[in-house]
Amino acid sequence: MTKKAAIFITAVGLAAALYFSLHRHMRTRAADSPAPAVALVDLDGSTIDLSTYKGRVLLINFWAAWCVPCRQEVPRFIALEEKYRPQGFQAVGISLDDPEAALRDFCRQYKVNYPIVMGNQKIAEAFGGVLGLPTTFLIGRDGRIHAKYVGSTDFTKVEQEITVLLKGRSNF
Amino acid sequence: MWELRLRRPLSRPERNPANPRKAGRHVAYTSGTMRHNARLFQILPAALLIAAVVAVAQSGLRTGENFKEQPTATELQPDNRELIRPDDLAKSLQSSTAKPAIFNVGPRLIYVQAHIPGAEFIGPTSSPQGLETLRTHAASLPRNSLLVIYCGCCPWEHCPNIRPAYKELKQMGFTRLKVLYLPNSFGTDWVEKGYPVQKGE
Repeated sequence: MTKKAAIFITAVGLAAALYFSLHRHMRTRAADSPAPAVALVDLDGSTIDLSTYKGRVLLINFWAAWCVPCRQEVPRFIALEEKYRPQGFQAVGISLDDPEAALRDFCRQYKVNYPIVMGNQKIAEAFGGVLGLPTTFLIGRDGRIHAKYVGSTDFTKVEQEITVLLKGRSNF
Repeated sequence: MWELRLRRPLSRPERNPANPRKAGRHVAYTSGTMRHNARLFQILPAALLIAAVVAVAQSGLRTGENFKEQPTATELQPDNRELIRPDDLAKSLQSSTAKPAIFNVGPRLIYVQAHIPGAEFIGPTSSPQGLETLRTHAASLPRNSLLVIYCGCCPWEHCPNIRPAYKELKQMGFTRLKVLYLPNSFGTDWVEKGYPVQKGE
């Protein structure tokens, strides 16, 4: 190997290490487990059963209105919902640790176009534990958890995965 | 005989055969640009040294031990000496030396799913009520107690709880205060690393 090639490879390796160490997004693949069958309650008091979304690609976002990176993501989820809902996509926001009044104000202000539900310990543990915000799950048409994102979401990656999942056949 | 490599080699007319220093393999700077570059190479190391001294001096002023005034929200940078890394705290908890008091200043929903063994739940200190709870729990502790606070609700730089808690405890006079540095979240930086956890209230 020439000296220039060695220097180039070293520089690329250092740049990659720096990028991944600074990047806050962590994509940890879930264990390809079925999405939990949990009943969620939205701000109007209506019960939402995740099984009613069978056959659709679901994005479940655990968040809180006081969480700055969570709030920054909401407009992106709104855009995804608008763009992909006709193709069978559905976003659901599960709020952890927010007063209902604060949530209503937030949804009104941001014109949230997907269901926002109140979370609790049981729901968080049903998803394997939510120990940091934001945490986002992608569920395929087959009802299985395809990916779990901890920390701020890489929307380019998520949108790519959504389009792939939307092309998948439903096993329901 | 010495030779200097020039950025621009001397053209034939510039060589002065009458001057033995410039003839043959002896070459010298003849352009203003090259004299400027030579001065730059002399000044640059000195400038870097001065910058390094200033940086070291400023970092020293930012450490907790040198506080002469109230801490601000810009404190608790990752290089702050009052931060403790997860692996260091985990080792400390496993050692036989005196264990620190640990306060959790994050959301209850995360605490009940998993928390550091022995950590006392205070609650989010981003609110006045949370700070009042913190004051109440800390009031009975000697001010030289080894006290660790942590949150881990969300990425470090956005945490609304850790800095107010830190500031409050410093104002109360705690001299051996440590803040657990969780850059991503409690789940990512503690639980997934395999450090000990407890569940429940």
